[in-house]
Amino acid sequence: MSVFIAKRVLTLIATLIGASMVIFLVMEILPGDPALVILGVDASDEAVRALTKELGLDRPPVERYWSWITGLLQGELGNSYAYKVPIWELIEGAMLITLPLAVMSIALSIVLALVIGLYAAANHNKAGDVTLMGISQLGISIPNFWLAILLIILFAIELRWLPAGGFPGWDEGILVCLKALLLPSLALATVVGAILARITRSSVLEVFREDYVRTARAKGLSQRATLWRHVLRNALIPVLTVTGIQFSALLTGTVVVENVFHIPGLGSLVLKAINNRDTIVVENVILLLATMVITVNFIVDILYAVVDPRLKAHDI
Amino acid sequence: MSLLNVKNLSVILATNDGPARAVRDLSFSLNKGETLGIVGESGCGKSMAALALMGLLPELSETRGEILLDEENLLDKTEAEMCRIRGNRLAMVFQEPMTSLNPVHTVGNQIMEPLQLHLGLSESAAREEALHLMDRVGIPNPEARIDNYPHQLSGGQRQRVMIAIALSCKPDVLIADEPTTALDVTIQDQILELIQNLVQEDGMALILISHDLGVISENTDNILVMYGGAAVEKGGTEQIFNELVHPYTQGLFAAMPKLGRARTMRLVTIPGTVPDLINLPAGCTFTDRCPIATDICRNTPPPLEEIEPRHAVACHHLQEARSRKTEELFS
Ligand SMILES: Nc1ncnc2c1ncn2[C@@H]1O[C@H](COP(=O)(O)OP(=O)(O)OP(=O)(O)O)[C@@H](O)[C@H]1O
Ligand SMILES: [Mg+2]
Repeated sequence: MSVFIAKRVLTLIATLIGASMVIFLVMEILPGDPALVILGVDASDEAVRALTKELGLDRPPVERYWSWITGLLQGELGNSYAYKVPIWELIEGAMLITLPLAVMSIALSIVLALVIGLYAAANHNKAGDVTLMGISQLGISIPNFWLAILLIILFAIELRWLPAGGFPGWDEGILVCLKALLLPSLALATVVGAILARITRSSVLEVFREDYVRTARAKGLSQRATLWRHVLRNALIPVLTVTGIQFSALLTGTVVVENVFHIPGLGSLVLKAINNRDTIVVENVILLLATMVITVNFIVDILYAVVDPRLKAHDI
Repeated sequence: MSLLNVKNLSVILATNDGPARAVRDLSFSLNKGETLGIVGESGCGKSMAALALMGLLPELSETRGEILLDEENLLDKTEAEMCRIRGNRLAMVFQEPMTSLNPVHTVGNQIMEPLQLHLGLSESAAREEALHLMDRVGIPNPEARIDNYPHQLSGGQRQRVMIAIALSCKPDVLIADEPTTALDVTIQDQILELIQNLVQEDGMALILISHDLGVISENTDNILVMYGGAAVEKGGTEQIFNELVHPYTQGLFAAMPKLGRARTMRLVTIPGTVPDLINLPAGCTFTDRCPIATDICRNTPPPLEEIEPRHAVACHHLQEARSRKTEELFS
C-alpha cells in the first residue's frame, strides 16, 4: 500500500511540473500585453515600457518561469498585475466559494444518483424505472445555466425562499452562505446526478447478473439483502470512476453557473484575469485547479483499492 | 414417500425470440442418502432444471409441475419461505467456481453468511464453524485462508469453498451442477470424491449433474438422461450400464473417452446439433441425429415406457434400439 502511494505521489509531482510548463507556454503564446491592458490603448510607449519593466515582463520567458516556480515552492505567488494585491488573497477568497459549491454539488448528485439509480434498478423495466430514466435523460440534456435561470425564477422570484444570487461572505454566518450556494449547487447537481443515476442503475443491473449474486441467492439471502451485501459494493466501482471525473469537471466547470448567480468563485476570477491579461493570476489559478483535479484522481484511485481487494495485490 | 419428488417439471424461459421450453415434463424422485445423476449434452436444460428446483430461474421464466420436498410443493411457497429453504434444506454448487464467489468479500465471510442466516450463529461461532468447514473440504491451513479474498485462491480451492458454503447448514438435498467441468483434470476426481464422501457422511441426497457419462457412472445410484429439455432414459445406474437403450444414451457412451484407448484415436461424436428450444420439432427431438429414426419419430413424441422395473426409455423403436450394438449406431 505504501509503495502504491509513493508511486502515485511521484506521478503526481511529475504531472504538476508538466502542467505548469503547458500553462506557462499557453499564456506566453496568448496575444495581449498586460501593461497595455492596464494602461489603456492611449498610453504612451514609454509608460508601457516602464510598466513592463516594473512588472518584470521584460525578462526572458525561461527566467520568468523559473522565478514563478521557485516562488511557488517558497509559498510566494506574487502580486496581481491588475489589482496590485497578493494573488493568494484573490485565490483564497474565490476558492472558499468554489470548493464548497463543488463539494455541495457532488454530494447532492451522489444522493440523487443512489436514490434514483437503486430505485430504478430495483424496479427494472417497470413504470417507475421508465419514468425516472426519462427524467434523467432530460436532466442530462438541459444546459445547467438554463436550469439555473429556471431555478431562480421559481425559488427566488416566485416563491422567494432563496436568494437570486450573490454571496454574502463567510463572516455573515454559515447558514446564509449555504442558502446562497443551494440553488447554484442544485443547478450543477441535476446534470451530474442524472448522469450518475443512470450509471448506478446500469451498474447495479449488470452486477445482478453476476454468478456470485446467484450464489448469494442460493444461500437463502433475500433480494434486498443480496443488493446491500453483494451487489452495491461491486456496482459502486464504475460509479466511483465517473464521480471522480464529474467532481473534477465541477471544480473547473462552475464558471457559467457562478456567472448566472453572480458568485465570485474561481471561475469568475479566471475569467476576469483573462480579460485583464493578468497572466500571473491565470497561471496560478489554473495550476491550482490542475492540482485539485489530480488530487481528486489520486483519492479516487485510493478509494478503488479500498472497495476492490483485487487491486491491492496488483499495485503493491 | 421420497425426500424429493419432482413431477412433470417444465420450465419456459422468456427469450428475445420467444418462449423457450428449456425443460419439459421432467419427473424423478430422490430418497435420503441417494445420488441421482443427470446427464446430457451442453444446452439440454440441466442447469435450468437445477435452478428451477432452487427457485432461482432467470427473470420472467415460468415453472410448471410440482417439486415436492417432504411432500410440500416448493412452487406454492412464497419468496420469503423459499429464502428459508435455500441454503438451508436445498443447496447448490455451481458450474463456474471462478466467478461464483464475490470478489470483494473474504471467503471466510462468504462461508459464515448462511451459518448466521439460517442457524443464527454469532459472528465468532460462525467463524469457528467456517474454519471447521474449510478443514473438512480439504483447504490446507484454514486459519490463513479464511481471510483471503477469492482471487487469492485457485479454481479447485474456490470450488472447495463453494462446497463448504453449500454444506454449511447440512442441507437435505445438494445439487452439484457440473462441479468439476471448469477444473483441471487432475483436480476433478478429488472434488468429486470429496462431494461423494461428505454427502455420505451427512446422509444427504445428491443430484450430480454432468455432461460426462463417465463421471455419472462412477458416482450415482440412479441416472436420468436428458435431451432437448426432456428425459429420454432413466433408471438405476447398473440397469442403464447393463443395457444402454436409447440411441442418444448409446451415443453419449460412444463419445466417452475410454481407458486404454490410444490418445491418437479420434473420439466418437454424435453428428448434428442440439434442437432449437424455441421451435421444438413435433415428434422426438432426437430424430434429426438418430441413426434409426423413421417417419413416426418425426411426427409423434415417444412416451417414456418401462422396459424393466424402474428403467424407462422414450423411443418409438425400442426393439431395434435394443438389438443394435452401440458400435453399429455410432462410429
Ligand atoms: N438466461 C437465459 N435466457 C434464455 N435462455 C437461456 C438462458 N440461460 C440458458 N438458456 C438456454 O436454455 C437452454 C438450457 O440451458 P442450460 O444452461 O440448462 O443447459 P445445460 O444443460 O446446463 O448446459 P451446459 O452443460 O452447457 O451447462 C439452452 O439452450 C440455453 O441456450
Ligand atoms: Mg449447465
